[in-house]
Amino acid sequence: MDKKSNSFNKLIFYIKNSRIKRVFTDPLGLLGFLLIFSLLLIAIFAPYITTYSPSDIDIANRLTPPSSNHYFGTDNLGRDVFSRLIFGSRIALTVPLLTISFGIILAIVFGLIAGYSSERIGNIFLIIFDIIKSFPALLFAMTIIALTGSNLFILIIIIGITRFPAYARLIRAQTLRVKNKEYVIAARAIGASVLKIMFKHILPNVIGPIFIQAAMDIPVVITFVAALSFLGLGVPPPTPSWGTMIKTGYSFIRISPWMVIFGGIALIWATLGFTLFGEALRDNLDPRLNRTR
Amino acid sequence: MIKYILRRLLVTLITVLGAIIILFIIIQFLPGDPATVMLGPRATPKIIEEVRAKMWLDRPVYIQIFKFLYNIARGDLGTDILNYMPVRRLIFNALPHTIALAVSSILIASIIGIPLGTYAAAYKNSLIDKITGLLSISMIAIPSFLAGVLFLLLFSIYFDWFPAMGGGKEGDILSQLWHLILPAASLALGWIGYIARIMRASVLEEITEDYVRTARSKGLREYTVIFKHVLRGALIPVIAVIGVGFGNLLGGAVITEIIFHRPGLGTLIYNSIQSRNYPIVQGGLIIAVLLYSLVNLMADLSYSLIDPRVRND
Repeated sequence: MDKKSNSFNKLIFYIKNSRIKRVFTDPLGLLGFLLIFSLLLIAIFAPYITTYSPSDIDIANRLTPPSSNHYFGTDNLGRDVFSRLIFGSRIALTVPLLTISFGIILAIVFGLIAGYSSERIGNIFLIIFDIIKSFPALLFAMTIIALTGSNLFILIIIIGITRFPAYARLIRAQTLRVKNKEYVIAARAIGASVLKIMFKHILPNVIGPIFIQAAMDIPVVITFVAALSFLGLGVPPPTPSWGTMIKTGYSFIRISPWMVIFGGIALIWATLGFTLFGEALRDNLDPRLNRTR
Repeated sequence: MIKYILRRLLVTLITVLGAIIILFIIIQFLPGDPATVMLGPRATPKIIEEVRAKMWLDRPVYIQIFKFLYNIARGDLGTDILNYMPVRRLIFNALPHTIALAVSSILIASIIGIPLGTYAAAYKNSLIDKITGLLSISMIAIPSFLAGVLFLLLFSIYFDWFPAMGGGKEGDILSQLWHLILPAASLALGWIGYIARIMRASVLEEITEDYVRTARSKGLREYTVIFKHVLRGALIPVIAVIGVGFGNLLGGAVITEIIFHRPGLGTLIYNSIQSRNYPIVQGGLIIAVLLYSLVNLMADLSYSLIDPRVRND
C-alpha cells in the first residue's frame, strides 16, 4: 500500500475513533454541518447554479416580484436577486473566515507573550485586552470605516481586532496552565530559545480550545459583517453581499418585501448552520467550555 | 472584598482612560484633518487655519490629549459643528431612549425566557423541552437587526399593528411605549433563547441540591418545589449573565434604533457619521464606552458578591 492511501486510512481510522464522530451523530450537529456544507457547495459552484450574472443591470425590470424568469425577483437596479444571493454566499463565508484567522493569529502572538512573560507584564496585557473589549465593537467599527471608507481589507482588520481579546485571554490562561509542565521545563533546561519554547512546545498544547471558540464565533462575525453592510459600511458595492441586499430591501420594503425575506433566509441559513455546528463541536469535544447544558 | 472592589475600580478607570485615548488617536490621526474634512473641499486655507486653531489642532499632540481629557473630566464633550449645540446635551437627550430600549428588551426577554427555561428543565427530555431547545437556538441564531427588519415588515407593514418609525410623541408615555414594543421585541428575541437556555441549565443544577430533596420528601408538590424553592437559587446565574450581556445589548440597540428611526444614541452617532459631525461621534463613543464599562463593573461586582470564588481569580 502506498504512503498516501495509508495516511488516508489513518485519517479515516482517526475520525472513526475520535470524538469528532459524535459531532456528526448529534442530530443538531449534523443539521448544522449539512447547512454549512450546502452553503459551501453553493459558494463554490455559484456560476453553475445562477441563471444571470449578479451584476447585470436591467432598469426596465426593476423591483419585479418573483417569477419563473427571476426566481426571487429583481432589485432596484433590475439585478437578479437569486443570482446575487448565490454569489453573496462567497463573501458571507470568506470574510468571517479571514477575520477569525486574523484574530487567531493576533491572539496566538499576544496570548502566548502574555501567558509566558512575568505576571506583571501579563497583567498589562490583560488590561490592554480589556480596553479593546470595552469598546462597543459595532460603533467602533462604524466610526473607523466611515472615516476610512469601506473596503474589505479594513473590514477584516477591524473586526479581527475587536474579536481577538477573547481568544487571547483563552490562550493566556492555557499557557499559564502548561508553562510549568515538565516538558516545558525540560526544553528550557536544554537551552531551547524562548521563541522555540513558545511556538513549538506550548502552542500545540494550548491551541485546541481556540478553534472551538472560533467556530462558535463564526455566526457572530457573519452577523457583524452583515450588520455593517446593512448600515452601508460593510462590503462595498457592487460586490453581492447579503447585508447590502437586506439594506436595499429595507429601503424598498413597502414596494418589494422579497429582498428582505430571501436575504434574511440566506443569512439565517448561515448563522443557524454555524451556531448548531459550533455548539455540537463544543459539547462533544470540550465539555469544560459547556456552560449552558 | 474591599481589595477586590478597589482593584476592579482601578482596572475600569484605566480601561476607560485607555479607551478614550485610543479613540482620540483614531479620530485625530486617520486620513484627513478633521478641520478640512468638516469644512469640505471648498474651504479656503485661511478658514481651515482658523478652525484648526479653534480646535487646538495646531498644538502638540500630548497637549491636545490632555486638553481633551481635561474637558471630559469637566463634563464638556465639545460643541456640535453644524448647529453649535453642546454635544453633552444632544447625547443626554438621546440616551434615555437607548436605555429604555435596552432595559425593556431585557425585561421582555426575562419575562418570556425564565419561565420557558424553567418549564423545559422541569420536563427534561420531554417533547416540549426539545422544542424549546430548538426554538432557543434558532432565536439565538437570528441576527437582531434582521429580526428588526422582519418584525417591521410583518407587524407594521403587513398587519399594520404597530408604528414603524420614531420614538413616539414627546411627553406622551403611552405613545412612547407603543413605539417601543417592536424594537424592544426584536432586540429581545435572541435574549429570550439565551436566557431560556441558561435558566434551564441552572434549574437542572439546582434541582440536585439537598434542600430540594428535603422539600420533595416533605411531600410538597413538584410545582411548589420548583417555583418556590428552586427558582430562587437558579435565578442568580441568570441575573449575572444579564448583567454581563447588558453591554452587548447596548451595541445591538444601536442598529435596532437605526432601523426603527428611534432618536437614541445609536441613531445620533450614525447620523453624525453621515454628516461628518465628529465631535458628536467622539462624545457619543466616549459615553458608550463609559456606560459599557460601568455596567460590566456592576455586573462583575454583583457576581462576586454571589460567587466568592470570583474574587480570588
